[in-house]
This record gives sequence, C-alpha cells and structure tokens, in this order.
Amino acid sequence: MDAEISLRVDGESHRLTVDTRTTLLDALRERLGNTSPKKGCDHGQCGACTVLLDGRRSLICLALAVAHDGAEITTADGLAPAGELHPVQQAFLEQDAFQCGYCTPGQVCSAVGVLDEVDRGWPSHVTEDLTGDVELSHDEVAERMSGNLCRCAAYVNIVPAVQQAGGAR
Amino acid sequence: MKPFSYARPGDVAEAVREVAAEPNAVFLAGGTNLVDHLKLGVATPDLVVDVRTLTSQEVTDLPDGGLRLGAASTNSEVAADRRVRERYPVLAQALLAGATGQLRNAATTGGNPLQRTRCVYFQDVTTPCNKREPGSGCSAVGGYTRYHAVLGVDAALPDPDAPGTCIATHPSDMAVALAALDAQVQVLGPSGARTLPFTDLHRLPGDDPATDTTLGHGELITAIDLPPLPAGTRSAYRKVRDRASYAFALVSVAAVVTDDGVRLALGGVAHTPWRATRAEELLRGRALTDDVVRAAMDAELAAAQPQPGIDGGNGFKIPLVHRTVVATLRQLTTEAQA
Amino acid sequence: MTDLLEPRAIGQALVRRDGEQKVRGTATYAYETPVENPAFCHPVQATIARGRVTAMDTAAAEALDGVLAVLTPFNAERLASTDDAEYAVLQSPEVAFRGQLIGVVVAETSELAREVADGITVAYAEQPHDSELRTDRPDLYAPEQVNAGHPTDTSEGDVEAAMRSAEVTVDHTYETQMLHNNPIEPHATTALWEPGADVPLTLWDSTQGVHPDRAAVSEVFGLDEQQVRVVCPYVGGGFGSKGNPHANVMLVAMAARALPGRPVKLALTRQQMFFLAGYRTPTIQRLQLAADRRGRLQAIAIDVVEQTSKVKEFAEQTGVPTRMMYASPNRRSTHRLAALDVPIPSWMRAPGECPGMFGPEVALDELAEELGMDPVQLRIVNEPDVDPDTGKPWSSRHLVECLREGAQRFGWSDRGPGRRREGDWFVGYGVASSVYPTMRQATSTANVRFERGRYVAEIGAADLGTGAWTVLPQIAADALGVDVADVEVRIGDTRYPTASVAGGSSGTNTWGSAVSVAAREFRDKFGTDPHDGDEASGDVDQAAMDEDHAAYAFGAQFAEVRVHADTGELRVPRLTGVFACGRIINPRTARSQLIGGMTMGMSMALHENSVFDPRIGQVANHDLAEYHISVNADVQQIEAHWLDEHDPYVNVMGSKGIGEIGITGTAAAVVNAVHHATGVRVRSLPVTLDKMVPGLP
Ligand SMILES: Cc1cc2nc3c(=O)[nH]c(=O)nc-3n(C[C@H](O)[C@H](O)[C@H](O)COP(=O)(O)OP(=O)(O)OC[C@H]3O[C@@H](n4cnc5c(N)ncnc54)[C@H](O)[C@@H]3O)c2cc1C
Ligand code: SF4
Ligand code: FES
Ligand code: FES
Repeated sequence: MDAEISLRVDGESHRLTVDTRTTLLDALRERLGNTSPKKGCDHGQCGACTVLLDGRRSLICLALAVAHDGAEITTADGLAPAGELHPVQQAFLEQDAFQCGYCTPGQVCSAVGVLDEVDRGWPSHVTEDLTGDVELSHDEVAERMSGNLCRCAAYVNIVPAVQQAGGAR
Repeated sequence: MKPFSYARPGDVAEAVREVAAEPNAVFLAGGTNLVDHLKLGVATPDLVVDVRTLTSQEVTDLPDGGLRLGAASTNSEVAADRRVRERYPVLAQALLAGATGQLRNAATTGGNPLQRTRCVYFQDVTTPCNKREPGSGCSAVGGYTRYHAVLGVDAALPDPDAPGTCIATHPSDMAVALAALDAQVQVLGPSGARTLPFTDLHRLPGDDPATDTTLGHGELITAIDLPPLPAGTRSAYRKVRDRASYAFALVSVAAVVTDDGVRLALGGVAHTPWRATRAEELLRGRALTDDVVRAAMDAELAAAQPQPGIDGGNGFKIPLVHRTVVATLRQLTTEAQA
Repeated sequence: MTDLLEPRAIGQALVRRDGEQKVRGTATYAYETPVENPAFCHPVQATIARGRVTAMDTAAAEALDGVLAVLTPFNAERLASTDDAEYAVLQSPEVAFRGQLIGVVVAETSELAREVADGITVAYAEQPHDSELRTDRPDLYAPEQVNAGHPTDTSEGDVEAAMRSAEVTVDHTYETQMLHNNPIEPHATTALWEPGADVPLTLWDSTQGVHPDRAAVSEVFGLDEQQVRVVCPYVGGGFGSKGNPHANVMLVAMAARALPGRPVKLALTRQQMFFLAGYRTPTIQRLQLAADRRGRLQAIAIDVVEQTSKVKEFAEQTGVPTRMMYASPNRRSTHRLAALDVPIPSWMRAPGECPGMFGPEVALDELAEELGMDPVQLRIVNEPDVDPDTGKPWSSRHLVECLREGAQRFGWSDRGPGRRREGDWFVGYGVASSVYPTMRQATSTANVRFERGRYVAEIGAADLGTGAWTVLPQIAADALGVDVADVEVRIGDTRYPTASVAGGSSGTNTWGSAVSVAAREFRDKFGTDPHDGDEASGDVDQAAMDEDHAAYAFGAQFAEVRVHADTGELRVPRLTGVFACGRIINPRTARSQLIGGMTMGMSMALHENSVFDPRIGQVANHDLAEYHISVNADVQQIEAHWLDEHDPYVNVMGSKGIGEIGITGTAAAVVNAVHHATGVRVRSLPVTLDKMVPGLP
C-alpha cells in the first residue's frame, strides 16, 4: 500500500511515494539516493543508520517512513556544506576514528547527538551522580557511543575524536 | 513483510475505535520493537494505527506528589527528567541501562513495557514457538536458554510440545523498575478508561503463551503513573549483562528501600518483571544485613528451575540474581548510612 | 637480501585519503552504486538442514505486479562450472545445510522482493542431519592439507616419551568458539548483465579482491575473464569473509542474467550472513607440554579437532603456530575434521593463528604456574634460534624484545602472586605472544603513468579500511622518488592491473612490491623527466622472493582484567601490545589496524559466540543483538607499539603485514589475566560471567 509523504533531508524538501512498509532508511537509500546513512543490520542493532531525526539522533531502519511524514532529517552528508567538514567529522579524520568507514556516518551523527545531549545535561548509565553535571570523560563518551558498533574497532580513536569535537565547540 | 494499511487517527479515542474494530490491528509508537517484528514476520498486522503523536509526550506532576509519564514520552526524555532523576533514580537508571541513546530517543513509555521477548526462536519464524504460533511447540526448551526464565516455570525441562510451554523472559529494564515502584497504568479501551496496577500488566504464560499482558484488544496505554514515595526512600537498578553496554539483561534488580521495607523486582528471570514478594515479606522490618537478604533470596528462589540447554543452560542465573540482590541492597544500605 | 626503499613518504602518519568521503558517508559501497532503475533481490533459504526441495510454489508470486523474476533450483540457468560446490547455486534441489540458498525473488522494490521471498511455500523431503562437533566422533578424518597449503600433521621426536619422563607437564583441552566475521557492511552487490556488450557482466561487489572475485565468477558462468568487470572502490570491512566470493555473488549474477539490461541489487541480511558468508570453525585443541624445572620445553604437541561442511572442505590451520613458536626437541601437531551438515567455514582474520594462539598460550601460562615461573620468562627461555618447523633461519625475530618492552610499558613487574582485590573488583594481569607469517602473493601487477604532471599508479587492490588508498601512494612516492602529493592511486577495479586478494596480511607487501617494480621500470624507461602519457608496468619481483628464511611478525600482548566480586562481570581496562612487524609505512593507519585486531581479539575473549543449535542445524543467536561484538564501552585503554625493525629479506618496503597479528594471542592474554585475578582457569571461550560465578567468594 502506497502513501505520499514529504521529507526534508539535508535541507532539501522532497515529496515521494512510499510503500507503508518502507523505512526511512530505505526511503533515503533506495528512493532518494542518499546513501550516507548505512544499513548494517536493519534491526536497530548496529547504529550504522543513525541520523538526526527532528534534531535527535535516531535509528532510521526501525522508523516507518509514513509515520514520519514531514520529518526533518540530517545525515552525515548534511552536517556541513560540500567541501567543508563539521567539527566532529574533522576530529574523526584527525584521530583516525574509522577504518572501513561503513559505520562512520552513523558514528558521526551519533556523536553530534551525544554532544547535544551532554549540553542538555542528560545523564547516562555511567553518570555517578544522576543530578550532577555531566562531563565528556572517556567513560561517558564510550557509554553514549555504544549504540554504534564498529567491527574495525576504531573505538579507541572514536572517544578522543568526540572529546576533541566537544572541546572545540 | 506483509503489506498493511497505516492510519494516524485524529485522537486517542478514534485510535482505540480503529484498533478495536479490526481484529488484526496494532498500535504503533516508537516502532523500535514493532517494526523489527514486522520485518521478521513475527508481527503480521493488516492495520497499523500510529499513536505516537496522539498520546501525551509530557511528564507531569500529579496532585498526590507522584508523576505521570505520558505514553508517548520517550525513554530518553523520561530518564533525563529532573524529577525522575531526583525522586525515582531506580527508573532513570533502568532506562539508561536499556538499549542505546538512539533507541531511547524513539522508544516510548507505552511501548517499552509492551516490547516482546527476545527469545531467539520467537524471533525466527522458521522455528516452532508457542508464543508466535500457538500450539507449534517451544524450541527454547533444551535449546539456547541463556536469556530464558528460571522463575514462573514449573520444570527444569518442560514439555517442549505442550501448547502452554514457554520459558521466555520479559526483556524490558524499565518494566522492572516500574514493577518495584508500584506504578499504575492508565488504559483507554473500547469500553472506557481504567487504571491497572503495573504488576498486573504482565502475565505468566499459563496455557496461553501468546498473550504477554492483561490488556484487551484495542486497549491503549495513555500514561503510566508513579506514586509518590515516602521521604528518605532510596532506590537503585542493577543490570548484569554480557557486554558493558547495549545488551539485554541476564538478570537485573530494581530495589526500592523505604522505612517500611523493601520493594524488589527482578528482571531477566521470568516471563514477567518478577516482584520478589516472598523476599519482600521476609525482609519487612528487618535490618538488611547480607545474611538476612541471603535468607530472603533463598526463599524467593526456592522454586527456581534452571533450564539446561546448549551452551551450558541458564542455571547460573540463580546464584547470579541472588548475589546481585545482595550487592544492590548492600549498596543502598551503605549509601544510606553514609 | 633486498635493498630497502629509502623511506621519505614511508613512515609518515598521513591522514587517510578517502577520509572525507567516509566521514560524510559519500563513499559509495557496492549496494549503493548509483544505477538507473534498479531491481531488488531477496534470497530464499532452506529451512531444513538436510534433504531435498520437492516443490516450490512460486506461481502466485510470479503473477504479482512488480515481481520480475523468481529463480529456483527448478528453473535457474545451468552453470558452466559446478566444481566448487559453494558456487553451484540453485543447481540441484538437494539441501546440504540449513540456510542454503534455494531461490531468489527479483522485484521492483525491496519491500516486495522480501515479502514474496518470505511467502514462497517450499515442500521438502527432509533427512536426518548431523551437525554436532564432538571429539569422539568416529568419522573424524585427516584432510589432505590444511589452509594455506600446510601439512595436516607434523611430528618430530617422541612427545609421549617426553611427557612420561618430564619433570613438569601440562595436558589440557582448550576450546575456541564458532565465530562470525560480521563486517558491518553486509555482503552486497549491484550487478548488470548486458548481453552483446564487450564486457557483458559488471559486478559492483563488496570484495577483498576484484580480480579473484572475477576469476571465480567467470569460471562459474563460463565467461572469459575479459567479459566480466568487478568494481569495488570501498569495502565496509571483510575480515576474510569477502576474500572469496560466497554464494550470494553467484545468485545476484544469475538474477542479473535473468533480467538483461536491468541492474539488480542484492544485500544479504545480517541474519543471512550467519549462514552464507563463512565463519570460523569452533576448535577443540588438546595441548601437551613437557618441561624441565627451568622451564625449557621437552615436548610441545597440539591435536586439533574442528569442523567443516560436507559441501566443501575448509581446514583451519589451527595447529600451525605451535610448530614454530617455541624450541622443543619433541613436537607434534595434528588436525582432524568432522564434515557436518553445516554452513561452509572460511577465512576469518588470522585463520589458524587466531585460534591456534589460544590453546598453546594458555597452556604455557598453566606451565608457568606449575613451575612457579614468570610467564614472560618462560617464553623467553624457549626462544628458538632457528624456525623449529623448517630449520630455516629467521628473516628477523624479535619476540623476546617485544615481551621485554611490553612488560616494561605495561608495568608487569607490579604483578603480584595473584587474586588482588580493589574495591568490588578482582584484578589480574596476563600475557601471551602473538605471531603472524609474513606473506606475499606471487602475482600482482601495477601500472605507473605520468598524467598531467602527476604520477598515477593503478592496481586492482582493495581498501577494506586497511589504508591502501593512503599507503600505496606513500610506497609509490618513495619508489619514484617524488613527493607523495604528486602521486595518485587508483584501485578497486578489474580495469586496473591484476592484484592479489587482500588477505593473509599480504596486501601491502604484494601490491607495494608491484608498485615499486612498476616505478623502477618507469624510471628506467623514462628517466626523471617523463612526458604526459608515459607508462610502465611491473610485476611482483619473483627474484626478490626469499625462500631461505622463515619470515614472521611477532608480538607480545599484556592484559589487565577486572572481575566483579559480586556478579563476575568482566572488564579489560588495559591491553598493551608490542609488535615487531617490519617497517611501518603509515603509523596512523597501522596503529588503527593493530588496535583493531587487538580489540577484536578481546571481543573474541569476552563476547563473541555463535551458539550453534545442533537440533536444528543453525546458529541460534544469528543477529547483532544476540551475537555480541565489543561495543565502545567495553574498550578502555588499548595501546599498540612497535619496534623499529629492519628486515631485508621480506620485500623492498621491509614491511611484514599488520592486519592480522593483532588478533593473535589476545584471547589467551585475557584468559590468563582472568586466572591471575580469580584463580579460575577458563579453557573454553568466550570467558563470560557465568564461568566466573562459581569461583567467586
Ligand atoms: C537492539 C535493541 C536493543 C534493545 N535493548 C534493550 C534493553 O537493553 N532494555 C530494554 O528495556 N529494551 C531494549 N530494547 C527494546 C526497546 O526498549 C523497545 O523496543 C522500546 O522500548 C519499545 O518502545 P516503542 O515505543 O518503540 O514501541 P513500539 O515498537 O512502537 O511498540 C511495541 C509494542 O507495544 C505496542 N504499543 C506501543 N504503544 C502502545 C500504547 N500506548 N498502548 C498499547 N500498546 C502500545 C505496540 O503495538 C507493540 O506491540 C532494545 C531494542 C533493540 C532494537
Ligand atoms: S520460550 Fe516462549 S517465545 Fe521462546 S520458543 Fe518457547 S514458546 Fe516461543
Ligand atoms: S541498520 Fe539501523 S541499527 Fe543497524
Ligand atoms: S570503520 Fe569499519 S565498521 Fe567502523
């Protein structure tokens, strides 16, 4: 069954027809040709499809496109104008925070979300004092970035990259 | 994935009517469990009714001093809410121990307690499963039981072919905390609204493993209420898992300690978030020394049934949950003294 | 002896050339290849572990609007070659393992393809299957050879006699688990069949080698290699599982051939990868060690039992490292296989060395304990002068130096006698050695051309995150004697000269050798002032292939482990590795490779486990929620260091390969540290908290 929806992706508006079964991830990758968000598992288990959905980091493999009619999506490719890099992307590059690069756009979007959540003072599983301030410590970043699997195991470099970008803001 | 119709009604009443009118209709909230199951063929609805934007997304104060969590409030917003963090740390901790930042941004108060088991056979439509296909049998018995139940099961190797057999666990962390908090569930159904104690929401498999909860078809959770807690209450959630993060509980413990006694709920051990009522009784009015807690847990776990299986079975959960309760209550009492 | 290149670009920590595309997500992986109007495939898999498909009801499916083709064993084209049974896709209704491909649906949308594939009813004549690996199976057999051409068994002296007479012995059985490679990019392909075109078949495939991929596909379809083009500029990880094409590649090519002119796309689902994309066999290793009181080995023996699929043999060379690691007069190694009704095992990062450095390195720890000796010292006293296996001298071997430097960096001397408690945690230290053979493939060719003022090197190499895009220009620059900024490299396409597979940590060694030779040829021909369009090509220098030395990279890994006193939860706060792996071309990408390997080794130690359910013949936990790989929070401090090693025998770069050594020995170091922390000796991986609980106070 088809439905017509509109999406704003990386600043551009689109009207498109999707199957009610189409996920936002497939809408982007297979309908709109935006393959910046990756598909690693299609079941919410790897984080490769992370984007900013209405401002919050989200997995879009478990989001039905029809249910997000009108949504505003920013992928890793939309974080900075062509030829420039977002501070998180620059930090990933400098820290060699990736190898094969397949998890990377998801990591980058997740990191942008993490920095925002930390700014808002949101606690995490490793925050000792739930009502205190949150710091960008190694353990805080590692816990918050744990929804993004990296099989190349760039974790050791991802944490300092996020810290660097966090400090550079 | 089977084709389905999608509807986003104007309000909750209409949503309830639409689902009630169509036997094979379901509600959709954050979709993190339902869409997973649509893809796996575990859920095969004809109609999906989207309620994510219909129920409240707010956390509001209740006149009695408690809090109301709108059904569409996200797991991350609830965990970040100052009032929850200050007054119900057990809930904030449970939420933060669940899933990941991205998933918590989508997962909702209504959807989380209604997520279904992570039993690997339940999720694989090529294997028999009484919960997914009533009467087909239970593949988990004698299989991969690491994440399966030890409580609320009547034998170490129940009959895999019996239609009532199911040794699955409920995977939610949030639900364990809500059980310990004596939360109340606000429900809107085809025949009106009702309030249900959270501890009555989930059910043991009985002879109907396909049914996880006591909600009727078309009944919608509109909110979950947290009752006020007496001053001086301490609470904590302890989750034990196979990775440091992003893994379901092997076992978990939600403990709420007040002057009157302890409220204790266990996760990862049963088909429901398990209120350890026997232990609670034995702990009432007692000083929570390790020995006292151990004796109470011995009693609570007396009927536990380790499930043998490939990869060593799940017998380890019995000493593990025992030890975790002791450690959690020790931590809460030491903190209280400090 | 080779004259090593003068390192100028080599040794610089240059930033990845493909970095910008990767952090933006604009690097296009196989499935993402932009093509006009693609059709989408979804495979159909067998749901029995052995038997025959008797019927598939596809009529309704085929009649559906939007369904373009349904291929089954009953209507699929007959392939030209079915010599490799893994590739004989849809050639017979026989089912040899659960999850085997028995069909594919091609449709206008991916949703429809999946719906239809999942809805096809299949009738089977099921037969009993046999998929349980046990050491007491009467049908265990000795394969003709094991992977990489090693002999199945070796024997020298008399191990049994030494075991009887030695002062101290260790005799235990160790088990490594079944593991799945699980690159985050699934196995995926975009395929186009254009009959009548010069190159009728194009595959944009996720592969560790476009040329080996092409060779396999062209043979299966009876095409000339020139009729097939494989393109793969980026690979989202492979770890061996994309070293050889798997059945999905043949399936998508068949789908493309069924729809001439229409590009088709197929990506395995994560779940399907647990059946179709290879895996590491579980291994059962009996280790026997005999030693004198000073720790000198009198005997070392390993007897390995592991599995393969009945369809196709893959014999992991698990016993091989035991043959060469330590000196001992009496030695034995054997491999026995059980051929089962199971999916086909294959390469996974450091086949042989990875599982094969678990049993022996834990057994050595047990021996050290028996002897009351420092495990570092025990390894040092057993350092062999020459390769014990072949008798050849080492091209270079600096294991002892790695152990010493690692011990110092890690603070090994703080290691007390055992069971130290800090707060709620027991803390322990463990050590193990690492090893990986230095390999170079025999064939690879590179072109060097002068183009608009820059040098362009072309070779069909692959970058799976290993850094080829960045490292090959560094080699080319030094071989040409120019600035690295003046070199461009083009890889990942069979239009470029033939390259060997990115496997066996041989990629940089092999391709770099070819690039160096091509550069030398270029300079010989055109001097230092070339003209636009000047071009030379070069092959791997056969003459420089040293056969007289045993060439290996070595390393030492040190682990700190914490075990929670209440729950048995395990953490690895520190992992320190020191490696002697030849000359490092790019320290930035090299460190990532080594740390990536170590992290994967830790993941193997603590988490990963494909739990095989022999009742149904499949991995029960076949997704990434239940098959746990380490997440960010599992990793704390992991350091990789290297010695400044100059090896003149391996190749002109002096490089030894770094992609795999990092995963070898890690699991043993972790398990040894667990024992030091708790007194619990775990001989079966992974070491999970349920194995700790009974030993806790
Ligand atoms: C990889 C992964 C890891 C995870 N790890 C954890 C974990 O560690 N701990 C944990 O607790 N959870 C975990 N989760 C589960 C996650 O928390 C749940 O999927 C989520 O909470 C469900 O909420 P939702 O809003 O997305 O529900 P949906 O998927 O939208 O719905 C779930 C079910 O509830 C029904 N429903 C939804 N809202 C209502 C309502 N208001 N009234 C009545 N019925 C309703 C739906 O019909 C459906 O049956 C994990 C999930 C994934 C994918
Ligand atoms: S335990 Fe329950 S959910 Fe799992 S297979 Fe058995 S019946 Fe199905
Ligand atoms: S593809 Fe969405 S989480 Fe893996
Ligand atoms: S960079 Fe390869 S999976 Fe993360």
